[in-house]
Amino acid sequence: MSLTITFATMRRILAQLRHDRRTLGLLIAVPSVLMILLRYVLDAPGAFDRFGPILMGVFPFIVMFIVTSVGTLRERTSGTLERLMTTPLGKLDLLLGYALAFGVTALVQAAVVGTIALTWLGLDLRGPTWTLFLITLLDAWLGMALGLFASAFARTEFQAVQFMPAFALPQLLLAGLFVPRGQMSTVLQWAADVMPLSYAVEAMQELTRHSSVTGTLVRDVLVIAGCALLALVLGAATLRRRTG
Amino acid sequence: MVSYAVEVDGLRVVRGGREVVRDVTFQVPRGSVVGLLGPSGCGKTTLMRAVVGVQIVAGGTVTVLGHPAGSRALRRCVGYATQNPALYADLGVRENLRYFAAVLGAPRTDPDRVIEEVGLGDVRDQTAASLSGGQLHRASLAIALLGAPELLVLDEPTVGLDPVLRAELWELFHELAAREVTLLISSHVMDEAARCERLLLMREGRLLADDTPDALRARTGTEDLEDAFLRVIAGQERVA
Repeated sequence: MSLTITFATMRRILAQLRHDRRTLGLLIAVPSVLMILLRYVLDAPGAFDRFGPILMGVFPFIVMFIVTSVGTLRERTSGTLERLMTTPLGKLDLLLGYALAFGVTALVQAAVVGTIALTWLGLDLRGPTWTLFLITLLDAWLGMALGLFASAFARTEFQAVQFMPAFALPQLLLAGLFVPRGQMSTVLQWAADVMPLSYAVEAMQELTRHSSVTGTLVRDVLVIAGCALLALVLGAATLRRRTG
Repeated sequence: MVSYAVEVDGLRVVRGGREVVRDVTFQVPRGSVVGLLGPSGCGKTTLMRAVVGVQIVAGGTVTVLGHPAGSRALRRCVGYATQNPALYADLGVRENLRYFAAVLGAPRTDPDRVIEEVGLGDVRDQTAASLSGGQLHRASLAIALLGAPELLVLDEPTVGLDPVLRAELWELFHELAAREVTLLISSHVMDEAARCERLLLMREGRLLADDTPDALRARTGTEDLEDAFLRVIAGQERVA
């Protein structure tokens, strides 16, 4: 790998986003508006404090999944990936370029949504604010890595977009958002235990309940980071220099 | 110094259960302009993909500048332009070139140099999506010219260009060849064949002829390369 190529790739992806003003606007506006909606829908004391942070954790996952799966599918179908594979660019350069560019994007998104939630909407976060951003960033990378992996199985953008609900919704249902994980049947609990989004939701729940960094939170962060790394390795395996 | 830029020996490629390149053997001398001709679907693109090392092959060997095709050592010295322009539609022409120049480790002045070489000075700041088909092809070609490639593999680089531009590009190709750059150029336009030093004629995955345009005309007893091609095919069918 080469730092020059990695950073050039990051700049290239950010430039693509910059040219696409509408996507950039949607990336920031949609989670902000949903956060505001959630605040006024859950018009009961404490309820927004419980669910607000979870939404902040789930959002970057979903958004980065879609953006990456469509983005890398375009690279595969437009021939730019094939072209890059004939150059000195390493797979790691491409993956890290994406990770850095979308990491920056996720942090900007989290900063705007977080500021709105913590000030205007009066979100009461017990845990330290930096952990909120750390988990947000890891969730974004998890979404990115899974999106990259999923894009290998999509032939068209229609298919790529539909992988998002396929990957995200079962995880959301099992993550303890609607029914606490402890109240689900044993089989479903097992399923929830192996789904990375369960740990993302749990980490955010820890933040809303405890003012210090708990052991559970540390474990959750490690699990999310590990899953993101694993998904990235799987995604890397789908980038091939030679194809049929 | 290796005398051949490309050596293909007994190459076979299978795609979708069908043999699309069948036992193809040829050499491309360094610093020459070689035309790869044949109808659409005859295996030209697959053969070119094998030369740049992105094609899974079923058998045979492809050696480029003394290394197996696709080797790490070749990734700075082989320029490749696909038939469908491969660039980022949402970026400007110059932005595209700056990115690929950075990836190739080419000098910072290279994007502007290649923009001039392909005559895209007027649209350098336009996004690729806003270019015409011919301009898009030239922008994609420009990427292949970045750095100092020793071999250029160009798949139908002059499609959709007006005759003046086509003549200009062929001038550029010969200038490059004069600087010891080797060019493998596919085309299905026969008047371009006359501008090549050697011709490879392909049909249904097989190499039918590997000769100079003059030798091909003499062998088939025609003045016209199109007729020469037809006679080669007819001769092949009689044998089969």
